[in-house]
Amino acid sequence: MPSRRALLKSATALAAASLLSPSAAWADEPVPVVATFSIIGDMVARIGGDHVALTTLVGPNGDPHVYQPTPQAAAAVAGAQVLFLNGLEFEGWLERLVEAASFGGDMVVTTQGVEAIAFGDGEGHDDHEDHGDHGHDDHDDHDDHDDHDDHDDHGDHDDHGHEEHDDHGHDDETHAADKDHDDHDHGDAHAEEHGHEEDGHEEHGHDDHGDEHAAHDDHDDHDDHSDHGDHAGHDHGAFDPHAWQSITNALIYVDNITAGLAKAAPAHAGDFYAARADYVAELEALKSDVDAMMAAIPAGKRTIVTSHDAFGYLGAEYGLTFAAPQGISTESEASAADVAALITQIREDNIAAVFFEATTDTRLLQQIANETEAAVGGTLYTGALSGPDGPAATYVDMMRHNAMTLAEALGS
Amino acid sequence: MIWDSIFAPFADFGFMRRALLGCVAIALGSTPVGVFLMLRRMSLTGDAMAHAILPGAAVGFLISGLSLGAMTIGGLIAGMVVAVASGVVARVTTLKEDASLAAFYLISLALGVLIVSTRGSNVDLMHVLFGTVLALDNDALTLLCGIASLSLITLAVIFRPLVLECADPQFLRSVSKLSAVTHFVFLALVVMNLVAGFHALGTLMAVGIMILPAAAARFWTRGIGGLLIAAVVVAIVSSVAGLLLSYHYSLPSGPAIILVAGVLYALSVCFGPAGGLISQALPRRHFET
Repeated sequence: MPSRRALLKSATALAAASLLSPSAAWADEPVPVVATFSIIGDMVARIGGDHVALTTLVGPNGDPHVYQPTPQAAAAVAGAQVLFLNGLEFEGWLERLVEAASFGGDMVVTTQGVEAIAFGDGEGHDDHEDHGDHGHDDHDDHDDHDDHDDHDDHGDHDDHGHEEHDDHGHDDETHAADKDHDDHDHGDAHAEEHGHEEDGHEEHGHDDHGDEHAAHDDHDDHDDHSDHGDHAGHDHGAFDPHAWQSITNALIYVDNITAGLAKAAPAHAGDFYAARADYVAELEALKSDVDAMMAAIPAGKRTIVTSHDAFGYLGAEYGLTFAAPQGISTESEASAADVAALITQIREDNIAAVFFEATTDTRLLQQIANETEAAVGGTLYTGALSGPDGPAATYVDMMRHNAMTLAEALGS
Repeated sequence: MIWDSIFAPFADFGFMRRALLGCVAIALGSTPVGVFLMLRRMSLTGDAMAHAILPGAAVGFLISGLSLGAMTIGGLIAGMVVAVASGVVARVTTLKEDASLAAFYLISLALGVLIVSTRGSNVDLMHVLFGTVLALDNDALTLLCGIASLSLITLAVIFRPLVLECADPQFLRSVSKLSAVTHFVFLALVVMNLVAGFHALGTLMAVGIMILPAAAARFWTRGIGGLLIAAVVVAIVSSVAGLLLSYHYSLPSGPAIILVAGVLYALSVCFGPAGGLISQALPRRHFET
C-alpha cells in the first residue's frame, strides 16, 4: 500500500485527517486483511463482516507454534492492509514472513493492553509448596510465585481499563486523557493507540513493538524466563501468549481489532463498531455462563492436567491449576522426570481428570491417565479452532465447549 | 541409595517399566540386524531406510490419524518398496546397490514431503514422527515384542547363508540360489525393525539403537556370536542408563538413550581390545607358533 505508507510518512496531521474523513479509495472494495491464526481470524471476521477480505494463515486445527509459512501466505501478507497478530511471541515465524513479503501495512498486536501472565504463574500458585515436597528438584518454573500479588492488582486495574474502552471511539480525547495516569507500558501504548493522538508517530512505535514480539522465537526455555518474572511488562519473552483463554482478554482483543479495522477503513467504522457492540454483548453473555460453570467446580477438584500448558489465563481467572507434562510449547519433548513428577502430582493431589488438547499428540497423556486411573475428561481447544462442523467452530463455541468439558468432568 | 537411583524409578512408575520393555525389545530385535548391516558395510543403509520409512508413516498418519496400524503398515510398505526396488535395480542393471538405494529413498522422501505438504499439516507431524518411548501403550508394546521375536527367529533361520553373504557373497552366489532370497529377507528385517523402533524412538533415533551398539561391539570381539551378544548388551545398557538419565536429570528420553550408546561407542573406540586406539598403540606381540 504505497499510498498508505506515503500518508503515514508525510505528516501526522494528514494521517489524523484520513481517520476523520472517509477515504473514497477503500469505500467499496473489501479491505484485504490477514490474521495469524484461527481464533483472531474468527474475531476479525465477526467485526469486519463483508467489509474485509480475510486470510487466516494458520487455519482450524493447525498448531500455530510450529507453522511453516507457504508462498500463498507470503502473497496474502504482501497484499494485506492490516495484519492482526497475537503478539507475546506467539507467532515466532511472523517476523521472517513479514520481512520476506515486504509487508507495508499496519500490524495490530491484539494483545495490546492485556495484562500478560508470566510463565508459571498460571499454574496454581497455591500448590507450589506441595511441589517442593515431592523431592523432585526440577520445578524451576514454579519459583516465581512471589509476584503473583502484583498480577492481581494489575488484573483489577485491567478490568477498570476495559470498562473505559466501552466508550471507545466516541469520545477519543477524554478517553485518552483518562488513561494518561497509567504508568504501565502496555497501558500507555494502548491508550494512545485508541486515543489516536499523534497517529503518525504512534504508528511507527507500534510497528517496532510488533517486531520486538516476533524477534524472540524461543518458546522452549521458559525456565529461564521465569527468572525475569518480576520485570512484568518489560521482558516480553516471559509471558504466556495464550491470552485469549480469558474472555476478559478477548474483549481487549476485540477492541484492538475494531480500532485497527476502523483505522484501515474509516468509511465503515460505524459498521465495525456496531458489529463490535453485538459481539461484546455475546462475549459478556458467554462470560457469565462460563463464570457460573467454573464457580460450580468444587474446591477439591481444581487441579487439572492437560497436554499443553496453555491455560494460564483461564486458570488465573477461575482459580484452576493446570499442570502439563510438556511445558509451554508443543515443540519440546517430555523427559521421564517431567512425566514422573506429573504422575506423582496426580496421585498425591488426587487430580480427578486429564484433558487432551486438540492439535497435540495424545499418546503420552493417555499413558499417564492409564497409570494414575485419572479419568480422561475430554478434548480442550487451545490454540486453534476446530473445523466448521467441530465443537469449537468459533471463539465463542470454543470457550463454551472448554468450560462445559471442564465442568462436566469436574463438576460432580 | 542404589535402590533409589536405579531401581525405584522402575518400581514406582509403570511408564518407566514400559519404556524399558520397549527398549529391550528393540535391543533384541534391531541390534543384531545392525551387526549384520555393519559386517556387510551397509551401516548407512539403515539411515537411508529410515528416511524411506518416514513418508510412508506420514501418509498412514494423514489417512487415519494416530493409528498404530496405519502408520506401521504405511512405513512397512514404503520401506519394502524402496528396499525391493533398489535391490532389483542393483541386481538387474549396472547401477550399484548404494546408488540405487540412494535414488529410491530420496524419491520416497520427496514424495512423502509432497503428500504431507499438500494435505496441510494438522498436528505437528514431526512431533508424531519422532515418537516417544515414554508413551508406549499396550498395542505398541505388543507390536515391538512381536517384531523383535519375528526378527530373532528369522535371523536364526537365515543365519548361515547371511554370514556367508557377509564374508564372501561371490561364493554364496556360486554354490546356492539362496543368495538373493537371503538378501531380500535381510532387507525386510531392516525395514521391520526400523518401523518398530520408530514407534518408540522415532525414525532417526531408531537407526541409532541399531547401528551404534554394533559399532561399539566391534571393538570388543571379532567372532560373530560374541559380536551379537556384545551389541545387545551395549544396547540394553544404553537403554537403562538413558532412561535413568532422563528420569534423574530431566532429559528427553530418546536422545538420552542414543547419546549413552554414543558414549559407549566412544569408550570402545579408545579402550576396546579388538582394534581400539590404545590396543593398536601398544607394541604388538610377535607371532608365536
